[in-house]
Amino acid sequence: MTGRRRASLMVTCLGDLFFPEVGVSIVRVLQRLGVAVDVPPGQTCCGLPLFNSGYHTEAAAVAGRTVSLFADSDHVVVPSGSCAWMLKHEYPGLLSDAGLGRPAEQVAARTYEFSQFLVSVLGVTEFTSAVPGRVTYHDSCHLLRGLHESRSPRTLLENLRGTELVDLPGADECCGFGGSFAVRLPEVSSQILAKKLANVEATGAGCLVACDAGCLLQMGGGLRRRNSRVRALHLAELLDGVPR
Amino acid sequence: MSDGDLGTPFRQRAGSAMKDAFLQEALTIATTKFIGLRREAFEGFPEGEALRDRARAIKEATLQRLDHHLETLVGNVERLGGQVHYAATSEEARSIVVDIARRTGARMAVKSKSMATEEIHLNEALERAGITPVETDLGEYIIQLAHERPSHIIAPAIHKTKGQVADLFRRELKRPVEADPEVLTRIARGELREKFLQADLGITGANFAVADTGTVVLVTNEGNGRMVTSLPRVHVAVMGIEKVVPSFTDLMVFLAILAKSATGQKLSVYTSLVRGPRRAGELEGPEEFHLVLLDNGRIAQLGGPLREALYCLRCGACLNVCPVYRQIGGHAYGYTYPGPIGILLTAMLEGPRSVKDLAHASSLCGACADACPVRIDIPRMLIELRREVDDKKIAPWRERVVFKLLALVLARPGLYRLAARAGRLLQRPFAREGTIRGLPFFLDEWTRTRDLPVVARRTFQERWASEKGFTR
Repeated sequence: MTGRRRASLMVTCLGDLFFPEVGVSIVRVLQRLGVAVDVPPGQTCCGLPLFNSGYHTEAAAVAGRTVSLFADSDHVVVPSGSCAWMLKHEYPGLLSDAGLGRPAEQVAARTYEFSQFLVSVLGVTEFTSAVPGRVTYHDSCHLLRGLHESRSPRTLLENLRGTELVDLPGADECCGFGGSFAVRLPEVSSQILAKKLANVEATGAGCLVACDAGCLLQMGGGLRRRNSRVRALHLAELLDGVPR
Repeated sequence: MSDGDLGTPFRQRAGSAMKDAFLQEALTIATTKFIGLRREAFEGFPEGEALRDRARAIKEATLQRLDHHLETLVGNVERLGGQVHYAATSEEARSIVVDIARRTGARMAVKSKSMATEEIHLNEALERAGITPVETDLGEYIIQLAHERPSHIIAPAIHKTKGQVADLFRRELKRPVEADPEVLTRIARGELREKFLQADLGITGANFAVADTGTVVLVTNEGNGRMVTSLPRVHVAVMGIEKVVPSFTDLMVFLAILAKSATGQKLSVYTSLVRGPRRAGELEGPEEFHLVLLDNGRIAQLGGPLREALYCLRCGACLNVCPVYRQIGGHAYGYTYPGPIGILLTAMLEGPRSVKDLAHASSLCGACADACPVRIDIPRMLIELRREVDDKKIAPWRERVVFKLLALVLARPGLYRLAARAGRLLQRPFAREGTIRGLPFFLDEWTRTRDLPVVARRTFQERWASEKGFTR
């Protein structure tokens, strides 16, 4: 191919505020692969929390901003399957009334969840783990059932030097996050989480991997509360190892 | 659960359900089993996915011309000697059935499992009119003995363990009973045999009604549907108007996926095809056959946001896979139809105010849409309901203020950066080693069971602005 690949990172609100190290790892991984990474300034949130709670006019205002931030991007790389889903599947409909349907579709077509970008666009699957040992993988709902992606993260983990991937029973079941659901019905959310974490701990893995900051907030928060030895990490944090 | 329990907020009803150890055990066992059976059924059936698409397309097309198909159905049922009644509301449906019962001098009615008759609260109306309704599906029989309501669309007594059922039989039938499903079934069978022979009226729902032949189709596993439709003098079938399918070819598509989705069976044990009353020369069947077409809010949704909910086959697959249903069971929802599809049907039948809280009883994980044999986009419609609840200001004002403020912040990067700084300042008294274990006000809803990471000392964007690229 000619010229360097360019990608814009959409860091997302949770990534920006709570998990900056995930964004750092994504940038480093992509730069090591020769991708020119930029981060359009003034990012906030994709608007999914507003959209899912039914505040669609408000979500459209946020979406319109996001589309203009990434209008010139070759690729938009997103660390969370749910935010990628929002851009790809909800933005065009949400913005059509404002006459921004077309630009929204163009951005949607160039938007990729991080693991998909590595495997489908860059065609890279070999990495060295920054966190060696046994790991297990949780399928985030929007990535799995929204973007129909279960293979790319697993391919990356299977090929990851220094780690052993073990199956998580019920990997495709929700962790109980669901955005505002987690605080509207905290008892239900927590019981779903407890069952998920019991499955995680039974695998014997030292690290629980996911590709969505929402799930990591929920599962990581639950693991820490239990003083578990299992750490919840984003896929990018594992792929960010340096080959010896 | 009676509707009186709706006086308790949904969150509390859900909380009580999660403290019920018997319910928790029963739910985990049953839903896990259903999920596995359904998965296996479709794994061994490669044409299943295409048939699901086909089934959905048939539903779409049928509802486009619902008036035409209903007219054909009515014409054919009448031609076969049946009588058709139209009920705009559940009240009308109840009085139609009660009137038939009175006119024919019925004292006892045997019923096969029917969500439509649950929807219209038929049993209570029959009892008030001095007619004894007897549920003959084993699960329905159990909950009728217990004076409860179904907690699952196809497994009405899913909330009970076999031990609880044995206790119930001991108490109600006044004899010693073993907690063995086979023994329990034999006892119920003996009790019910008498009722089938005594009953004057048989009441059923309809899984489908085939327009061009006038056939009402009942899908059962216990054979009770066949007894209900052949032994009593009069048969009344109550069906939602959306249950009509144009032809037998269409019916075959649905039959190929219904039982697989519901119980993982290739077909249910019995598929009963009922065509009008007994005709000259026939050995069995009722003297009178009545079909009650129930609207009850359905027609209004033909062009409405909940239209897709009218595709529902009542298989219950979305309940089994729903992480919320699996924790709280059916009764906590508080209405006839539980689970994800139940929330939509409740909104259709009772209006948006009734689902103010239920619309949020979903993590929007999408497992329901994935399991639905006709791929109803349930999460999408739940979001639509949330929108309606917000737009009509049914949602509490505090919540609306929170979201409007959030919207304000997310649309303005300056405010967003300010909010991040404010968060860092405000979290100080609560943060220990990068994690927060307790927060005041509604934020404690998170921290009671989960840690919350602190807002980073420097956000990603702050780091990017100062470092421009990160090297190790």
